[in-house]
Amino acid sequence: MQTARASLPRAAAAHAVLLAYTLIALFPVFVIVINAFKERRAIFNSPLALPGPETFSTIGFETVMSQGNFLLYFQNSFIVTLVSLFCVLLFGAMAAFALSEYKFRGNLLMGLYLALGIMIPIRLGTVAILQLMVATGLVNTLTALILVYTAQGLPLAIFILSEFMRTVSDDLKNAGRVDGLSEYRIFFTLVLPLVRPAMATVAVFTMIPIWNDLWFPLILAPAESTKTVTLGAQVFIGQFVTNWNAVLAALTLAIIPVLVLYLIFSRQLIRGITAGAVK
Amino acid sequence: MEALKLSSIKKSFGPFDVLHGIDLTVEDGEFVIFVGPSGCGKSTLLRIIAGLEDATSGAVEIGGERVDTLPPAKRGIAMVFQTYALYPHLTVKGNMSLGLKQAGSAQSEIAERVATASKMLSLDPLLERRPAELSGGQRQRVAIGRALVRKPKLFLFDEPLSNLDAALRVNTRLEIARLHRELSATMIYVTHDQVEAMTLADRIVVMNAGRIEQIGSPMELYNKPANMFVAGFIGSPQMNFLDADALHVTGAKTLGIRPEHMSIDAVAGDLACEVVHIEQLGADTNLYLKSEKIGLLTARLFGEHYHAVGARVFVTFDKSKQHLFGDEGQRIAG
Repeated sequence: MQTARASLPRAAAAHAVLLAYTLIALFPVFVIVINAFKERRAIFNSPLALPGPETFSTIGFETVMSQGNFLLYFQNSFIVTLVSLFCVLLFGAMAAFALSEYKFRGNLLMGLYLALGIMIPIRLGTVAILQLMVATGLVNTLTALILVYTAQGLPLAIFILSEFMRTVSDDLKNAGRVDGLSEYRIFFTLVLPLVRPAMATVAVFTMIPIWNDLWFPLILAPAESTKTVTLGAQVFIGQFVTNWNAVLAALTLAIIPVLVLYLIFSRQLIRGITAGAVK
Repeated sequence: MEALKLSSIKKSFGPFDVLHGIDLTVEDGEFVIFVGPSGCGKSTLLRIIAGLEDATSGAVEIGGERVDTLPPAKRGIAMVFQTYALYPHLTVKGNMSLGLKQAGSAQSEIAERVATASKMLSLDPLLERRPAELSGGQRQRVAIGRALVRKPKLFLFDEPLSNLDAALRVNTRLEIARLHRELSATMIYVTHDQVEAMTLADRIVVMNAGRIEQIGSPMELYNKPANMFVAGFIGSPQMNFLDADALHVTGAKTLGIRPEHMSIDAVAGDLACEVVHIEQLGADTNLYLKSEKIGLLTARLFGEHYHAVGARVFVTFDKSKQHLFGDEGQRIAG
């Protein structure tokens, strides 16, 4: 096993570190999932035990399904996440293309302005955003959330994508121009497919905070018909009594869609992260 | 008829002047090559002709028509790029027909033109493949095919051979020369490689720092360079530039002599030198010499020659092939 590039002790040490990190990262998720399938008493008696024949129970899931409109909440979360994601990717990519492709006065300033959002958290503007939404009558609509999340996701998307767009060959775009393609066709058919890995990276980084967000749904759209999953799960957390079965079951269910979306993007994601490093 | 006419084309990027007023006329069917060191503005000039870049001032006429305000696709040009720039999502056939489809040509005409071009470049077996499945040489042939299909008034080549390896470069060079003969089309070609320029061009435009230094046929540039820049740029190894005073030549500042225009003798000659280094190339031999009187110079001998490093030899210049340059490097006589 001893070769010029690898030695057993070194490989073992590296794997030990990686395994330890994986355990630390996955442990809370693991605890949530196993406890979601246990009785209330079992959750408190032995929180780390696996659900056995005596402690196994799906009471949490039953509560979640019967109480509240969880299907609706899921639907809301889905709509908000997917529409925001679409808007962030579309407008982010378009802005990134403009910044990297066209020379115009104020290009650099515009780039800095758009990147500013990375450094300033959008939550600082919550009061102003709420006033804005009240004034436009968008409170308690999914549109409000979509607009806010689009604004929140754009800076990072533009920042990452414009760097990638710079790497797309000028000759290719020029060949398109000589052949008479419009700038839109050049953008959609030539440039976008080439930056797909970067798009996937941006999609994952954009999607997860949106799905998990509690702040804006609570402030902008707390109505029953517009609740998202994370907000919906809060109904089981009371000031005095918390229905832990239901909370854990709701959280377990909430993990699944993100996991699916992540798996869709992950193949591309890895290519995005390693792009340029290996070729 | 004039295929291309440039009148005082200027280009600046912010405060930097890249082109300082370029005037050039290209006749129908001519093969004109822009050559110069990197950063001399030759690619920018080509992009201005193509319409991919706007000139700061000046006029571009293609086939007698002002095209300054027309987009690239309406100028009647086709361009071949250094990096091939094939559309990765389309097959070879799709790549070649896209331009015509955009222009709204009839299906039958597109098919016919693609077939003709693919036959000329022997692309038939590749038509259904995608660019990723082709080798570099094949990709460049497809790129040339894509240009052919458009039947342009003007072919533009932007360093088309620079990404190919040496053997393919020679093959593709021959291919381009053959196409030019068969189509008798007007071609503008940009390169930094003087061998490509010398072997392909009807006329060479030597550029330096945004100006045209000289326009002429390959042999005119070789035999009568207008100044020291052209003299040094054309020919390899480079022309020797020697101090005229040290050689007792009056009326000039610099004497230029090409390495191939001098003879070497072990016993007698005009100038005593010491051999510093010797390069054997088989067909010819390059000698790097050092003379106490005038410093370093290079000599090129045909065939195989053997000289020990450090040996003493005598150099005699071919007086009829000497070039004399004045204070500003301009040609005086010779």
